[in-house]
Amino acid sequence: MSPAQTKSEPPAGLLAELTHRCPLGCPYCSNPLELDARELELGTAAWQRVFSEAAALGVLQVHLSGGEPAARRDLEEIVGHCAKEGLYTNLITSGIGLTKERIAVLAQAGLDHVQLSIQDCEPHSADYIAGYNGAFARKKMVAAWVTQEGLPLTVNAVIHRANISRAGKLVELAVGLGARRVEIAHAQYYGWAIRNRAALMPSVAEAEAAIAEVEALKQKLSGTIVIDHVNPDYYARTPKACMGGWGKRILNVTPSGKALPCHAAETIPGLIFWNVADHSLADIWASSPAFNAFRGVEWMREPCRSCPRREIDFGGCRCQAFALTGDARQADPVCHLSPHHGRVQQIAAELSQAGAAKSAAAYIYRRVKQREPA
Amino acid sequence: MTDVVTTVGSGSRPRLPRGVRLKHDPARGEWFLLAPERVVKADNIAVEILRRCDGTATLDAIVDDLAQHFSADRARIQTDVKALLAELAAKRMMDL
Repeated sequence: MSPAQTKSEPPAGLLAELTHRCPLGCPYCSNPLELDARELELGTAAWQRVFSEAAALGVLQVHLSGGEPAARRDLEEIVGHCAKEGLYTNLITSGIGLTKERIAVLAQAGLDHVQLSIQDCEPHSADYIAGYNGAFARKKMVAAWVTQEGLPLTVNAVIHRANISRAGKLVELAVGLGARRVEIAHAQYYGWAIRNRAALMPSVAEAEAAIAEVEALKQKLSGTIVIDHVNPDYYARTPKACMGGWGKRILNVTPSGKALPCHAAETIPGLIFWNVADHSLADIWASSPAFNAFRGVEWMREPCRSCPRREIDFGGCRCQAFALTGDARQADPVCHLSPHHGRVQQIAAELSQAGAAKSAAAYIYRRVKQREPA
Repeated sequence: MTDVVTTVGSGSRPRLPRGVRLKHDPARGEWFLLAPERVVKADNIAVEILRRCDGTATLDAIVDDLAQHFSADRARIQTDVKALLAELAAKRMMDL
Protein backbone atom coordinates (compact mmCIF):
# COMPACT_ATOMS: atom_id res chain seq x y z
CA MET A 1 0.00 0.00 0.00
CA SER A 2 1.22 3.46 -0.82
CA PRO A 3 1.22 6.19 1.86
CA ALA A 4 -1.73 7.81 0.10
CA GLN A 5 -3.77 4.72 0.89
CA THR A 6 -2.85 4.30 4.53
CA LYS A 7 -3.08 7.97 5.48
CA SER A 8 -6.14 8.96 3.46
CA GLU A 9 -8.09 11.96 4.74
CA PRO A 10 -11.60 11.25 5.91
CA PRO A 11 -14.31 11.78 3.30
CA ALA A 12 -16.06 15.17 3.43
CA GLY A 13 -19.24 13.97 1.76
CA LEU A 14 -21.51 10.95 1.60
CA LEU A 15 -23.89 10.56 -1.32
CA ALA A 16 -26.64 8.27 -0.07
CA GLU A 17 -28.86 6.84 -2.77
CA LEU A 18 -31.77 5.92 -0.54
CA THR A 19 -33.75 4.31 -3.34
CA HIS A 20 -33.66 3.89 -7.10
CA ARG A 21 -37.44 4.32 -7.30
CA CYS A 22 -38.38 7.55 -9.08
CA PRO A 23 -41.56 8.73 -10.79
CA LEU A 24 -39.54 10.58 -13.44
CA GLY A 25 -37.72 8.98 -16.34
CA CYS A 26 -35.04 11.55 -17.23
CA PRO A 27 -32.97 10.14 -20.10
CA TYR A 28 -29.68 11.43 -18.58
CA CYS A 29 -30.16 9.90 -15.14
CA SER A 30 -26.84 9.10 -13.48
CA ASN A 31 -28.19 5.91 -11.92
CA PRO A 32 -26.95 2.63 -13.38
CA LEU A 33 -28.94 0.86 -16.09
CA GLU A 34 -29.53 -2.00 -13.65
CA LEU A 35 -31.57 -0.39 -10.89
CA ASP A 36 -31.92 -1.85 -7.39
CA ALA A 37 -35.43 -3.14 -6.74
CA ARG A 38 -37.33 -1.99 -3.66
CA GLU A 39 -36.89 -5.36 -1.92
CA LEU A 40 -33.11 -4.84 -1.94
CA GLU A 41 -33.16 -1.40 -0.28
CA LEU A 42 -31.52 -0.93 3.12
CA GLY A 43 -34.02 -0.43 5.91
CA THR A 44 -34.30 2.58 8.22
CA ALA A 45 -32.07 1.15 10.97
CA ALA A 46 -29.33 0.17 8.50
CA TRP A 47 -29.24 3.67 7.01
CA GLN A 48 -29.19 5.21 10.48
CA ARG A 49 -26.16 3.10 11.37
CA VAL A 50 -24.44 4.18 8.12
CA PHE A 51 -25.02 7.86 8.94
CA SER A 52 -23.73 7.44 12.50
CA GLU A 53 -20.61 5.73 11.15
CA ALA A 54 -20.22 8.50 8.59
CA ALA A 55 -20.33 11.22 11.25
CA ALA A 56 -17.75 9.34 13.35
CA LEU A 57 -15.52 8.93 10.29
CA GLY A 58 -15.48 12.69 9.64
CA VAL A 59 -18.15 13.08 6.96
CA LEU A 60 -19.43 16.67 7.11
CA GLN A 61 -22.24 16.65 4.56
CA VAL A 62 -24.72 13.99 3.52
CA HIS A 63 -26.55 14.21 0.24
CA LEU A 64 -29.79 12.25 0.37
CA SER A 65 -30.46 11.25 -3.18
CA GLY A 66 -31.85 8.46 -5.30
CA GLY A 67 -33.86 7.82 -7.42
CA GLU A 68 -36.32 10.02 -5.61
CA PRO A 69 -35.60 10.02 -1.87
CA ALA A 70 -39.15 11.22 -1.10
CA ALA A 71 -40.34 7.82 -2.35
CA ARG A 72 -39.18 6.53 1.04
CA ARG A 73 -41.71 6.95 3.81
CA ASP A 74 -38.93 7.06 6.41
CA LEU A 75 -37.23 10.12 4.84
CA GLU A 76 -38.26 12.34 7.76
CA GLU A 77 -36.84 9.83 10.25
CA ILE A 78 -33.59 9.58 8.29
CA VAL A 79 -33.21 13.38 8.11
CA GLY A 80 -33.84 13.64 11.85
CA HIS A 81 -31.14 11.07 12.51
CA CYS A 82 -28.60 12.84 10.28
CA ALA A 83 -29.31 16.15 12.01
CA LYS A 84 -28.90 14.52 15.42
CA GLU A 85 -25.47 13.28 14.30
CA GLY A 86 -24.52 16.86 13.39
CA LEU A 87 -24.34 16.13 9.66
CA TYR A 88 -25.15 18.89 7.17
CA THR A 89 -28.14 17.33 5.43
CA ASN A 90 -28.90 18.03 1.81
CA LEU A 91 -31.97 16.64 0.04
CA ILE A 92 -31.53 16.07 -3.70
CA THR A 93 -35.04 15.72 -5.10
CA SER A 94 -37.24 15.86 -8.16
CA GLY A 95 -39.88 17.37 -5.86
CA ILE A 96 -42.41 14.69 -6.81
CA GLY A 97 -43.71 13.09 -3.64
CA LEU A 98 -43.11 16.16 -1.49
CA THR A 99 -46.03 18.11 -0.04
CA LYS A 100 -46.13 21.37 1.89
CA GLU A 101 -46.67 19.35 5.07
CA ARG A 102 -43.78 16.96 4.41
CA ILE A 103 -41.41 19.87 3.73
CA ALA A 104 -42.43 21.48 7.03
CA VAL A 105 -41.73 18.22 8.88
CA LEU A 106 -38.35 17.82 7.11
CA ALA A 107 -37.38 21.40 8.02
CA GLN A 108 -38.40 20.74 11.61
CA ALA A 109 -36.34 17.54 11.61
CA GLY A 110 -33.22 19.59 10.79
CA LEU A 111 -32.88 19.49 7.02
CA ASP A 112 -30.26 22.06 5.94
CA HIS A 113 -30.78 22.46 2.21
CA VAL A 114 -32.88 21.35 -0.76
CA GLN A 115 -31.65 20.79 -4.29
CA LEU A 116 -34.54 20.60 -6.75
CA SER A 117 -34.18 19.40 -10.33
CA ILE A 118 -35.83 21.41 -13.12
CA GLN A 119 -35.81 19.89 -16.61
CA ASP A 120 -36.52 23.03 -18.67
CA CYS A 121 -38.21 26.43 -18.33
CA GLU A 122 -40.87 25.57 -20.91
CA PRO A 123 -43.53 23.38 -19.28
CA HIS A 124 -44.18 21.05 -22.23
CA SER A 125 -40.52 20.46 -22.90
CA ALA A 126 -39.81 20.01 -19.18
CA ASP A 127 -42.53 17.37 -18.84
CA TYR A 128 -41.42 15.61 -22.02
CA ILE A 129 -37.82 15.38 -20.81
CA ALA A 130 -38.95 14.11 -17.40
CA GLY A 131 -41.40 11.67 -19.01
CA TYR A 132 -44.02 12.86 -16.50
CA ASN A 133 -47.01 15.08 -17.16
CA GLY A 134 -47.42 17.96 -14.75
CA ALA A 135 -43.90 17.64 -13.33
CA PHE A 136 -42.96 21.25 -14.11
CA ALA A 137 -46.05 22.77 -12.45
CA ARG A 138 -45.55 20.59 -9.38
CA LYS A 139 -41.87 21.56 -9.10
CA LYS A 140 -42.74 25.25 -9.05
CA MET A 141 -45.08 24.58 -6.13
CA VAL A 142 -42.39 22.60 -4.33
CA ALA A 143 -39.87 25.44 -4.80
CA ALA A 144 -42.36 27.88 -3.23
CA TRP A 145 -42.99 25.59 -0.25
CA VAL A 146 -39.25 25.17 0.33
CA THR A 147 -38.53 28.91 0.35
CA GLN A 148 -41.66 29.67 2.42
CA GLU A 149 -40.30 27.26 4.99
CA GLY A 150 -37.08 29.32 5.02
CA LEU A 151 -34.93 26.50 3.65
CA PRO A 152 -32.17 27.43 1.19
CA LEU A 153 -32.92 26.21 -2.33
CA THR A 154 -30.63 25.15 -5.16
CA VAL A 155 -32.04 24.51 -8.62
CA ASN A 156 -30.28 21.83 -10.63
CA ALA A 157 -30.72 21.98 -14.40
CA VAL A 158 -29.11 19.37 -16.61
CA ILE A 159 -28.33 20.92 -19.99
CA HIS A 160 -28.53 19.01 -23.26
CA ARG A 161 -29.71 19.55 -26.81
CA ALA A 162 -33.41 20.02 -26.02
CA ASN A 163 -32.86 22.89 -23.57
CA ILE A 164 -29.38 24.22 -24.30
CA SER A 165 -30.71 27.34 -26.04
CA ARG A 166 -32.48 28.23 -22.76
CA ALA A 167 -29.52 27.79 -20.37
CA GLY A 168 -29.63 31.50 -19.46
CA LYS A 169 -33.41 31.44 -19.04
CA LEU A 170 -33.03 28.52 -16.64
CA VAL A 171 -30.77 30.68 -14.48
CA GLU A 172 -33.42 33.42 -14.50
CA LEU A 173 -36.09 30.87 -13.60
CA ALA A 174 -33.97 29.76 -10.62
CA VAL A 175 -33.68 33.38 -9.44
CA GLY A 176 -37.45 33.78 -9.82
CA LEU A 177 -38.04 30.64 -7.76
CA GLY A 178 -36.00 32.14 -4.92
CA ALA A 179 -32.97 29.85 -5.28
CA ARG A 180 -29.70 31.06 -3.78
CA ARG A 181 -27.74 28.69 -5.97
CA VAL A 182 -28.19 27.07 -9.39
CA GLU A 183 -26.30 24.25 -11.04
CA ILE A 184 -26.12 24.54 -14.80
CA ALA A 185 -24.79 21.09 -15.48
CA HIS A 186 -24.14 20.01 -19.03
CA ALA A 187 -25.06 16.34 -19.33
CA GLN A 188 -22.30 13.96 -18.31
CA TYR A 189 -22.30 10.74 -20.26
CA TYR A 190 -22.68 7.93 -17.74
CA GLY A 191 -25.55 5.63 -16.87
CA TRP A 192 -28.67 6.44 -18.87
CA ALA A 193 -27.04 9.46 -20.50
CA ILE A 194 -24.53 7.37 -22.40
CA ARG A 195 -27.39 5.26 -23.74
CA ASN A 196 -29.16 8.46 -24.85
CA ARG A 197 -26.02 10.24 -26.06
CA ALA A 198 -27.24 10.85 -29.61
CA ALA A 199 -30.50 12.40 -28.38
CA LEU A 200 -28.70 14.60 -25.82
CA MET A 201 -25.48 15.77 -27.47
CA PRO A 202 -25.50 19.44 -28.48
CA SER A 203 -23.32 20.79 -31.27
CA VAL A 204 -20.07 22.54 -30.42
CA ALA A 205 -21.61 25.89 -31.48
CA GLU A 206 -24.60 25.38 -29.15
CA ALA A 207 -22.30 24.39 -26.30
CA GLU A 208 -20.05 27.43 -26.77
CA ALA A 209 -23.00 29.83 -26.93
CA ALA A 210 -24.52 28.39 -23.73
CA ILE A 211 -21.20 28.51 -21.87
CA ALA A 212 -20.65 32.17 -22.81
CA GLU A 213 -24.20 33.11 -21.80
CA VAL A 214 -23.98 31.41 -18.41
CA GLU A 215 -20.48 32.73 -17.65
CA ALA A 216 -21.71 36.28 -18.32
CA LEU A 217 -24.64 35.73 -15.95
CA LYS A 218 -22.25 34.47 -13.29
CA GLN A 219 -20.68 37.94 -13.13
CA LYS A 220 -23.92 39.83 -13.51
CA LEU A 221 -25.77 37.91 -10.79
CA SER A 222 -22.92 37.65 -8.27
CA GLY A 223 -24.45 38.17 -4.83
CA THR A 224 -27.94 37.26 -6.10
CA ILE A 225 -27.40 33.66 -7.07
CA VAL A 226 -24.38 31.41 -7.14
CA ILE A 227 -24.02 29.69 -10.50
CA ASP A 228 -22.11 26.43 -10.52
CA HIS A 229 -21.32 25.54 -14.08
CA VAL A 230 -20.50 21.96 -15.06
CA ASN A 231 -18.88 22.07 -18.49
CA PRO A 232 -19.81 19.80 -21.41
CA ASP A 233 -16.71 17.68 -21.14
CA TYR A 234 -16.72 16.15 -24.63
CA TYR A 235 -15.90 19.68 -25.77
CA ALA A 236 -13.35 20.44 -23.05
CA ARG A 237 -9.54 20.45 -23.25
CA THR A 238 -8.78 19.44 -19.69
CA PRO A 239 -10.75 16.86 -17.73
CA LYS A 240 -12.80 17.50 -14.61
CA ALA A 241 -11.36 16.53 -11.23
CA CYS A 242 -13.91 13.75 -11.00
CA MET A 243 -15.28 13.35 -7.44
CA GLY A 244 -12.42 15.62 -6.30
CA GLY A 245 -10.16 12.59 -6.74
CA TRP A 246 -10.96 8.87 -6.45
CA GLY A 247 -11.48 7.87 -2.82
CA LYS A 248 -10.40 11.31 -1.67
CA ARG A 249 -13.46 13.37 -0.75
CA ILE A 250 -16.68 11.48 -1.36
CA LEU A 251 -18.22 8.09 -1.01
CA ASN A 252 -21.44 6.83 -2.45
CA VAL A 253 -23.74 4.19 -0.99
CA THR A 254 -26.29 2.54 -3.28
CA PRO A 255 -29.85 1.63 -2.22
CA SER A 256 -28.74 -1.94 -1.51
CA GLY A 257 -25.73 -0.80 0.53
CA LYS A 258 -22.83 -1.12 -1.88
CA ALA A 259 -20.15 1.51 -1.20
CA LEU A 260 -18.77 3.07 -4.38
CA PRO A 261 -16.03 5.65 -4.98
CA CYS A 262 -18.38 7.28 -7.50
CA HIS A 263 -21.90 6.57 -8.70
CA ALA A 264 -20.74 5.15 -12.03
CA ALA A 265 -17.91 3.01 -10.62
CA GLU A 266 -19.79 -0.24 -11.21
CA THR A 267 -19.31 0.25 -14.96
CA ILE A 268 -15.58 -0.50 -14.52
CA PRO A 269 -15.07 -4.25 -14.71
CA GLY A 270 -13.04 -6.06 -12.08
CA LEU A 271 -13.53 -3.65 -9.16
CA ILE A 272 -14.53 -5.22 -5.86
CA PHE A 273 -17.07 -3.23 -3.86
CA TRP A 274 -17.82 -3.83 -0.21
CA ASN A 275 -21.29 -3.54 1.28
CA VAL A 276 -22.17 -1.55 4.39
CA ALA A 277 -23.95 -4.67 5.67
CA ASP A 278 -20.58 -6.49 5.89
CA HIS A 279 -18.08 -3.71 6.71
CA SER A 280 -18.03 -0.47 8.65
CA LEU A 281 -17.79 2.72 6.63
CA ALA A 282 -14.35 3.44 8.14
CA ASP A 283 -13.14 0.00 7.07
CA ILE A 284 -14.55 0.50 3.58
CA TRP A 285 -12.94 3.93 3.21
CA ALA A 286 -9.52 2.69 4.31
CA SER A 287 -9.37 -0.82 2.85
CA SER A 288 -12.03 -1.57 0.26
CA PRO A 289 -10.27 -2.74 -2.94
CA ALA A 290 -12.44 -0.48 -5.11
CA PHE A 291 -11.52 2.63 -3.11
CA ASN A 292 -7.81 1.85 -3.31
CA ALA A 293 -7.83 0.95 -7.01
CA PHE A 294 -7.27 4.53 -8.25
CA ARG A 295 -6.38 6.39 -5.08
CA GLY A 296 -3.42 8.75 -5.24
CA VAL A 297 -1.16 8.78 -8.32
CA GLU A 298 0.54 5.37 -8.21
CA TRP A 299 -1.88 3.77 -10.67
CA MET A 300 -1.28 6.43 -13.32
CA ARG A 301 0.32 5.91 -16.70
CA GLU A 302 1.59 8.54 -19.10
CA PRO A 303 0.63 11.22 -19.95
CA CYS A 304 -0.84 11.52 -16.40
CA ARG A 305 2.09 10.14 -14.42
CA SER A 306 4.45 13.03 -15.11
CA CYS A 307 1.74 15.66 -15.67
CA PRO A 308 1.90 18.86 -13.56
CA ARG A 309 -1.91 18.68 -13.28
CA ARG A 310 -1.95 15.12 -11.92
CA GLU A 311 -3.00 16.26 -8.43
CA ILE A 312 -5.33 18.93 -9.80
CA ASP A 313 -7.57 16.79 -12.00
CA PHE A 314 -6.29 13.32 -11.00
CA GLY A 315 -6.28 12.23 -14.64
CA GLY A 316 -9.99 13.01 -14.95
CA CYS A 317 -12.68 10.39 -14.72
CA ARG A 318 -11.88 6.66 -14.54
CA CYS A 319 -15.35 5.66 -15.72
CA GLN A 320 -15.10 7.92 -18.75
CA ALA A 321 -11.61 6.61 -19.54
CA PHE A 322 -13.03 3.10 -19.51
CA ALA A 323 -16.18 4.01 -21.46
CA LEU A 324 -14.26 5.73 -24.26
CA THR A 325 -10.96 3.82 -24.41
CA GLY A 326 -11.79 0.43 -22.88
CA ASP A 327 -9.11 0.94 -20.19
CA ALA A 328 -9.81 2.66 -16.87
CA ARG A 329 -6.09 3.45 -16.33
CA GLN A 330 -5.84 5.64 -19.39
CA ALA A 331 -6.01 9.43 -19.11
CA ASP A 332 -9.59 10.64 -19.38
CA PRO A 333 -9.70 11.21 -23.18
CA VAL A 334 -11.36 14.57 -22.60
CA CYS A 335 -7.77 15.69 -21.90
CA HIS A 336 -6.02 17.17 -24.94
CA LEU A 337 -2.90 15.20 -23.97
CA SER A 338 -4.70 11.87 -24.35
CA PRO A 339 -3.94 9.98 -27.57
CA HIS A 340 -7.71 9.36 -27.79
CA HIS A 341 -8.69 13.04 -27.51
CA GLY A 342 -9.48 13.57 -31.19
CA ARG A 343 -11.86 10.63 -31.09
CA VAL A 344 -13.95 12.27 -28.34
CA GLN A 345 -14.57 15.40 -30.38
CA GLN A 346 -15.33 13.25 -33.40
CA ILE A 347 -17.90 11.23 -31.43
CA ALA A 348 -19.51 14.43 -30.18
CA ALA A 349 -19.72 15.96 -33.66
CA GLU A 350 -21.08 12.78 -35.26
CA LEU A 351 -23.67 12.20 -32.56
CA SER A 352 -24.88 15.79 -32.50
CA GLN A 353 -25.38 15.72 -36.28
CA ALA A 354 -27.05 12.31 -36.29
CA GLY A 355 -29.35 13.28 -33.42
CA ALA A 356 -30.23 16.69 -34.83
CA ALA A 357 -31.29 15.04 -38.09
CA LYS A 358 -34.22 13.46 -36.25
CA SER A 359 -37.18 15.82 -35.82
CA ALA A 360 -37.91 15.02 -32.17
CA ALA A 361 -35.66 13.57 -29.52
CA ALA A 362 -36.45 9.88 -29.12
CA TYR A 363 -35.43 9.14 -25.56
CA ILE A 364 -34.94 5.82 -23.90
CA TYR A 365 -36.49 6.80 -20.58
CA ARG A 366 -34.91 5.62 -17.37
CA ARG A 367 -37.04 2.94 -15.75
CA VAL A 368 -36.71 -0.14 -13.61
CA LYS A 369 -36.25 -3.15 -15.86
CA GLN A 370 -39.39 -5.25 -16.07
CA ARG A 371 -38.89 -8.75 -14.80
CA GLU A 372 -38.75 -11.39 -17.51
CA PRO A 373 -41.83 -13.64 -17.29
CA ALA A 374 -40.92 -16.94 -15.66
CA MET B 1 -35.63 39.63 -8.89
CA THR B 2 -34.58 39.62 -5.28
CA ASP B 3 -32.76 42.68 -4.12
CA VAL B 4 -29.67 41.54 -2.27
CA VAL B 5 -27.27 43.74 -0.34
CA THR B 6 -23.61 42.98 -1.01
CA THR B 7 -21.91 46.11 0.28
CA VAL B 8 -20.58 45.98 3.80
CA GLY B 9 -21.61 49.17 5.60
CA SER B 10 -20.55 50.02 9.15
CA GLY B 11 -24.17 49.60 10.27
CA SER B 12 -24.56 46.18 8.57
CA ARG B 13 -25.64 43.42 10.91
CA PRO B 14 -24.07 40.37 9.22
CA ARG B 15 -25.63 36.99 9.78
CA LEU B 16 -25.02 33.48 8.50
CA PRO B 17 -28.16 32.58 6.55
CA ARG B 18 -30.06 29.38 7.20
CA GLY B 19 -28.20 26.56 5.48
CA VAL B 20 -24.79 28.02 6.29
CA ARG B 21 -23.16 27.04 9.53
CA LEU B 22 -19.86 26.88 11.32
CA LYS B 23 -18.87 23.47 12.59
CA HIS B 24 -15.95 22.13 14.54
CA ASP B 25 -14.93 18.72 13.27
CA PRO B 26 -13.29 16.58 15.92
CA ALA B 27 -12.06 14.02 13.32
CA ARG B 28 -9.77 16.64 11.72
CA GLY B 29 -9.45 19.03 14.64
CA GLU B 30 -10.54 21.92 12.42
CA TRP B 31 -13.38 24.35 11.84
CA PHE B 32 -15.45 24.35 8.67
CA LEU B 33 -18.06 26.61 7.19
CA LEU B 34 -20.73 24.32 5.76
CA ALA B 35 -22.98 25.65 3.02
CA PRO B 36 -25.05 24.24 0.15
CA GLU B 37 -22.68 21.82 -1.65
CA ARG B 38 -19.72 23.67 -0.13
CA VAL B 39 -17.25 22.87 2.61
CA VAL B 40 -14.80 25.68 3.38
CA LYS B 41 -12.03 25.31 5.94
CA ALA B 42 -12.15 28.24 8.39
CA ASP B 43 -8.92 29.44 10.00
CA ASN B 44 -8.86 30.84 13.55
CA ILE B 45 -9.38 34.43 12.46
CA ALA B 46 -12.30 33.54 10.22
CA VAL B 47 -13.86 31.57 13.08
CA GLU B 48 -13.54 34.55 15.43
CA ILE B 49 -15.19 36.80 12.85
CA LEU B 50 -17.95 34.38 11.88
CA ARG B 51 -19.05 33.50 15.40
CA ARG B 52 -19.70 37.22 15.98
CA CYS B 53 -21.99 37.45 12.92
CA ASP B 54 -25.23 36.83 14.79
CA GLY B 55 -27.49 39.32 12.99
CA THR B 56 -27.53 41.56 16.07
CA ALA B 57 -24.03 43.02 16.27
CA THR B 58 -23.18 45.74 13.74
CA LEU B 59 -20.01 45.63 11.67
CA ASP B 60 -18.61 48.44 13.84
CA ALA B 61 -19.30 46.53 17.02
CA ILE B 62 -17.76 43.35 15.60
CA VAL B 63 -14.60 45.22 14.57
CA ASP B 64 -14.34 46.93 17.99
CA ASP B 65 -14.71 43.61 19.74
CA LEU B 66 -12.08 41.90 17.57
CA ALA B 67 -9.62 44.80 17.91
CA GLN B 68 -9.93 44.50 21.67
CA HIS B 69 -9.78 40.70 21.69
CA PHE B 70 -6.61 40.57 19.57
CA SER B 71 -5.16 43.92 20.82
CA ALA B 72 -4.71 44.73 17.14
CA ASP B 73 -4.96 47.72 14.82
CA ARG B 74 -8.64 48.55 14.25
CA ALA B 75 -8.26 49.76 10.66
CA ARG B 76 -6.50 46.59 9.64
CA ILE B 77 -9.13 44.39 11.31
CA GLN B 78 -11.88 46.35 9.61
CA THR B 79 -10.29 45.72 6.21
CA ASP B 80 -9.99 41.99 6.90
CA VAL B 81 -13.55 41.67 8.19
CA LYS B 82 -15.04 43.60 5.29
CA ALA B 83 -13.09 41.51 2.77
CA LEU B 84 -14.27 38.23 4.29
CA LEU B 85 -17.91 39.33 4.58
CA ALA B 86 -18.02 40.71 1.02
CA GLU B 87 -16.51 37.51 -0.35
CA LEU B 88 -19.03 35.37 1.50
CA ALA B 89 -21.94 37.64 0.55
CA ALA B 90 -21.02 37.32 -3.14
CA LYS B 91 -21.32 33.54 -2.68
CA ARG B 92 -24.64 33.90 -0.81
CA MET B 93 -22.99 32.51 2.31
CA MET B 94 -23.56 35.69 4.37
CA ASP B 95 -26.54 38.02 4.74
CA LEU B 96 -25.66 41.67 5.29
